[in-house]
Amino acid sequence: MTHPSEEDLVLNYYAEGNNRSETERHLGACEACRALYDSVEITLKRMDALAVPEPVSDFEARVWQRLLPELPLPKFPLLAPAWRWVTASAALAFMLGLAFLAGRHYPEPAKRIPPVGNPESRESLLEVAVGDHLERSQMVLTELANTSSSGPLDISFEQARAADLLGENRLYRQTALGAGDALLAGVLDELERVLLEIAHAPSQISPAELDELRLRLQAEGLLFKLRVLGANVRNQEQPRNPL
Amino acid sequence: MRIDAAGGPNSPLTASRRASLTNSRMEIADRAFVTRARAGDTEAFRVLVERHSRGLFRLAYRMTGNGSDAEDVVQESLLRAYRQLRKFDERASFGTWLYRIAINCSLDMVRSRKRHGEQLSANDAAEQRAASCAPAPDRLALSGEVRTRVAEAMNELSAAERAAFVLRHYEGLSIEDVSRLLGCQPGAAKHSVFRAVQKLRRALEPLASFAK
Repeated sequence: MTHPSEEDLVLNYYAEGNNRSETERHLGACEACRALYDSVEITLKRMDALAVPEPVSDFEARVWQRLLPELPLPKFPLLAPAWRWVTASAALAFMLGLAFLAGRHYPEPAKRIPPVGNPESRESLLEVAVGDHLERSQMVLTELANTSSSGPLDISFEQARAADLLGENRLYRQTALGAGDALLAGVLDELERVLLEIAHAPSQISPAELDELRLRLQAEGLLFKLRVLGANVRNQEQPRNPL
Repeated sequence: MRIDAAGGPNSPLTASRRASLTNSRMEIADRAFVTRARAGDTEAFRVLVERHSRGLFRLAYRMTGNGSDAEDVVQESLLRAYRQLRKFDERASFGTWLYRIAINCSLDMVRSRKRHGEQLSANDAAEQRAASCAPAPDRLALSGEVRTRVAEAMNELSAAERAAFVLRHYEGLSIEDVSRLLGCQPGAAKHSVFRAVQKLRRALEPLASFAK
């Protein structure tokens, strides 16, 4: 009589194996094998005593909250073929440049100073704030774009500044949308994505990643747009704030 | 923290976990979210996190035997999954792929703990004791002892044995599926399960007198 191996008995417990019916028949007839099988069965039933603590009810939300700051934002090529972005950005940059030049040559209407507290005054305060925000964002991006490094680069300082600018940027974007200023809202939206990417990037980035960011800034013409918009805002501010 | 006693291969919990791995409707929905997440939609990835993190935690807990390690494994697995999303073959099951990543993370964790010579901590033993669902005083001490021994016996398994055993015994996967998930031959998976059972049987032998 051939006795089943211990391995066969384990497989039999899990209802696997090719010769299960033969093993079952043997277990009915052989006391030694039956005793061994019982021992396997008891052991495996005991293993069920290893309980798993059920995670807290908002476990998923907590996992997500912990995960979110670690998530690297999708790289630029993921979004669309690069040439499409380059073409679209170049066209947008051209249009912005055209609008800027047209603005400079168009005769300025007579300026009047709005009284404090009325909507126009609030609007001018917003313009000052947006102008300042655009300038600070431009500085962060310019610093990163002009940095060169042969090894890993620590950008934790720029990250902290980008994170600070993010909150403001959201507010200004929403305000611009509410005011129907699609151009400003659009640029702020692009800026927000770049700031988000910088804020959530690892604090040490490789020269290749830096190049990628630089190329992206160039392709989207974001720095140019910030400069143009910032200049426009400053031009509008000056007569109201002669300082 | 609410404690939920997990069952054996035929328990409803295991059956539901098995179903969660193979449920084709879930896989189809996963696929849609994976496609969106690959295109940069973070909210779509959030849905995937919400669908899978609880299952991953259970698996990771079985693999590491410790709650905080399991949470770290869940975190690390999801992060690795997000970073490797572009490499994921969309025709495959996202759940299976994610489980494979979690198993690798768990194995890394178990191996590093073994390297540092760490064993079941006092907290883990207490956690196991707290998992008791049978408050009868005469059985309480014994059930606590069994749980501690079981946890200790699991710690004695090699990383491969532990992985194969957890997937076969607790996740209810067939040897064939275990081998696929672990990326080894079915014979090797079968042998790992067998070695694990053999070691566990020897470790739990002293409790034989309380068997029935």
